[in-house]
Amino acid sequence: MGDDRRRFLKVAGVTLLAVGGAPVLTTLAQDKSSGHGNATAGAKRFAMVIDLKRCEQEQGCTLCSEACHREHNVPDFGNPKDEVKWIWKETYEHAFPSEEYSYAPERVAGPMPVMCNHCDHPPCVRVCPTKATWKRDDGIVMMDWHRCIGCRYCMVACPYSSRSFNWRNPRPFIKQLNADFPTRTKGVVEKCTMCEERLSDGLAPACVAACKAKAMTFGNLADPNSEVRKLLRDGYALRRNPGLGTLPQIYYLV
Amino acid sequence: MHDSGKILAGLVVFGALVTFPVWYHAAWGGPLVKPRLPADLAEKECIAPTAYMREHHMELLNSWRAQVVRDGHRSWTGENGRQWRASLTKTCLRCHANKADFCDTCHSSAGVKPVCFDCHVDPKGKN
Repeated sequence: MGDDRRRFLKVAGVTLLAVGGAPVLTTLAQDKSSGHGNATAGAKRFAMVIDLKRCEQEQGCTLCSEACHREHNVPDFGNPKDEVKWIWKETYEHAFPSEEYSYAPERVAGPMPVMCNHCDHPPCVRVCPTKATWKRDDGIVMMDWHRCIGCRYCMVACPYSSRSFNWRNPRPFIKQLNADFPTRTKGVVEKCTMCEERLSDGLAPACVAACKAKAMTFGNLADPNSEVRKLLRDGYALRRNPGLGTLPQIYYLV
Repeated sequence: MHDSGKILAGLVVFGALVTFPVWYHAAWGGPLVKPRLPADLAEKECIAPTAYMREHHMELLNSWRAQVVRDGHRSWTGENGRQWRASLTKTCLRCHANKADFCDTCHSSAGVKPVCFDCHVDPKGKN
């Protein structure tokens, strides 16, 4: 009897190890680089360079955000609590709190356009429970509004407040409906998608195309001869809150 | 069989209730409205045969959604090799231009409520 029990326990233990251990091993063996936003050595890494001196030439200009919000059916609820925004303007100390010092505004005062930074390590992507947001191979942090369940984890995760939530049905608050682009519904998060729909048609992002001062440049960082790389070679650029390790890909020339 | 009368009457009432949707529709449902297309169409052919589209358009739209949004592939090849832009609003709605006359006719009588137009814009309608 004692022998039987010992044998039974041995067999049960080995079986448990085999059944329970297999998933652990497969998880450990998985390639960590897939899906959750490590920099890929692909042919494309889309980014944007914003020349703050040029932007400042047009004080009070909001052409970029107007064009973007018109293009993407972004609602205007008329109150800051419900505000939905893809691109907006911030002062220097709000955009770059870690770089702030008393005399900085003498050089760059802003307000300057800020938007989703399409980070190389996007924290929003890590927390999304439904994979409604993910990083594409070309670096764009994309959203699938069909999949968004409105949990707002991504909004908590994003250190740049680049994401907005539709607390109400946005349809009645869209001034001019663009039939070529969908709206969102109540309970869905939205943000800048770097105009991936325009890029696929060979067009520049709407904000870049609308900028009268030509302050915004869109391009491929993986190409050493691209306009964005040239700008970053010729000037010095800041990124928003780089200390967080998100590796933002919107560069601000100072 | 003391209560055969009651049982039979109960069965008749039960049968009438169960078949309610059938006879109610036959008696008061009105004629079935068929989907209508505008008379002057730019295209002569649909992206797939009508019988296939009738049964599977929702699956096709779902696969378009996945390929465009998730993978960024915007073109779709039909059976005859023709390339189409995988887009509800930019391809389908070009011919099936009137949602009320086309989509809604079947969807309302079948009691189906697709959520497509909660977000996508029907250019002709109020949506």
